[in-house]
Amino acid sequence: MTIGNPMMYVGAVGLIMIGLFTVLSKRNLIKIIIGLTLLDTGVNLLLIAIGYIHNRTAPIITHAHADPSKMVDPIPQALVLTAIVIGLGVTALALALAIRVYGHYKTLDTRKIRELKW
Amino acid sequence: MIYIAILTVAMLIAAGAAYLFRDLIAAVVACAAVSLIASVLFYLLQAPDVAMAEAAIGAALTTAIFVIAIRKTGRYEK
Amino acid sequence: MRAFVSFSILALIAVGLTLSLSHIPFGTDRMQVANYYLNHGVADTGALNLVTAVVLDYRALDTLGEMTVLFIASLGVGIFFSWPKKEGSEEDGKRGLPPASLIVRRGSQFLFPLILLFGGYIFLHGHLTPGGGFQGGAVIASAFLLMFLGNTGYHLRQKPLAVTESLAGITFVIIGLIGLGVSGYFLNNFLPKGSEFTLFSAGVIPILYAAIGLKVGAELSGIAANMFQSRSER
Repeated sequence: MTIGNPMMYVGAVGLIMIGLFTVLSKRNLIKIIIGLTLLDTGVNLLLIAIGYIHNRTAPIITHAHADPSKMVDPIPQALVLTAIVIGLGVTALALALAIRVYGHYKTLDTRKIRELKW
Repeated sequence: MIYIAILTVAMLIAAGAAYLFRDLIAAVVACAAVSLIASVLFYLLQAPDVAMAEAAIGAALTTAIFVIAIRKTGRYEK
Repeated sequence: MRAFVSFSILALIAVGLTLSLSHIPFGTDRMQVANYYLNHGVADTGALNLVTAVVLDYRALDTLGEMTVLFIASLGVGIFFSWPKKEGSEEDGKRGLPPASLIVRRGSQFLFPLILLFGGYIFLHGHLTPGGGFQGGAVIASAFLLMFLGNTGYHLRQKPLAVTESLAGITFVIIGLIGLGVSGYFLNNFLPKGSEFTLFSAGVIPILYAAIGLKVGAELSGIAANMFQSRSER
């Protein structure tokens, strides 16, 4: 990509918006967790897109590319590596909670769960 | 340059489909498609470690635990 | 009312993101600390993969925090699936699946050690090629997932997984404490750097990534085993 294009930013911000809209407006618990996953993916894409520099290559030293001054930023990549694994952990915990809620209330609709009292 | 635009539009369409589908298994498959296209975009942004992590975790493990959770609860979004 | 509030929140966040991203032109060079990491990464750490050098040498304390978060998530999933159910609650998730055919069963059993070997290769060469502990751990967990999906009634004992995970986590902290004792900094890289492009280089980084790979693999397999197996098969 040698032409400066904002398509990466548009894609990442669009994904964040769709994920946030799903979390805010849907009522099924599993749909809300799917929206959380989309939000997570969008934020990771945005972080890597900010760290990109034109005409440079991946930050790995090989026999062919041994010049460290022609590499992209390695710090956002280290950050996003951790964030992806933590996103999986959060999704697993949320789904375990959703399974338990279904076993107790027999429904996954958030409006009905708020209405049920003890 | 044109392929990045095509990939980004395909990713946004898949995310919109994940929002709109009422069958939850179809929504999870659309979420896996978003993860796959995001992995390709990570590779195009010169980040091979992150692309490998996103492909292994987002497209495989997340989809599997979603499908198990949907099997233990209801399949349709009422 | 609810739709109006959610739309206004979304509009606010969209405007804020667009305004701040307009000050970050795409693809320009804004690195300051990262210039030091790029130019001195190989000399300081001996690792050729500079992202590994950042994750396990310059910022190793953040990796310890990440392992803690993953441990808490795995612990939470284990706790949620071991609460006693009320009697008469939902039935088991099996619902009468037919057993898989011979090709699927034999194929998954044949592929299982090969995928484990590939995952081990990924985390052992984390300092030379793209890869590392997290990716290798995810590939190992996918191998266990393949066994669950291909064989109905596949039983995985969770005690060896829990022991492996705990020992790998303790190894990470012990190596950090040895670094503290040897040279005064927690998680310091105290082993000799070795020569470039070889497997036994980069000091203590391959050992740390092996510990992380085993820990993440055991944790994610434990999460999958908790969700697949019902309570009576523990």
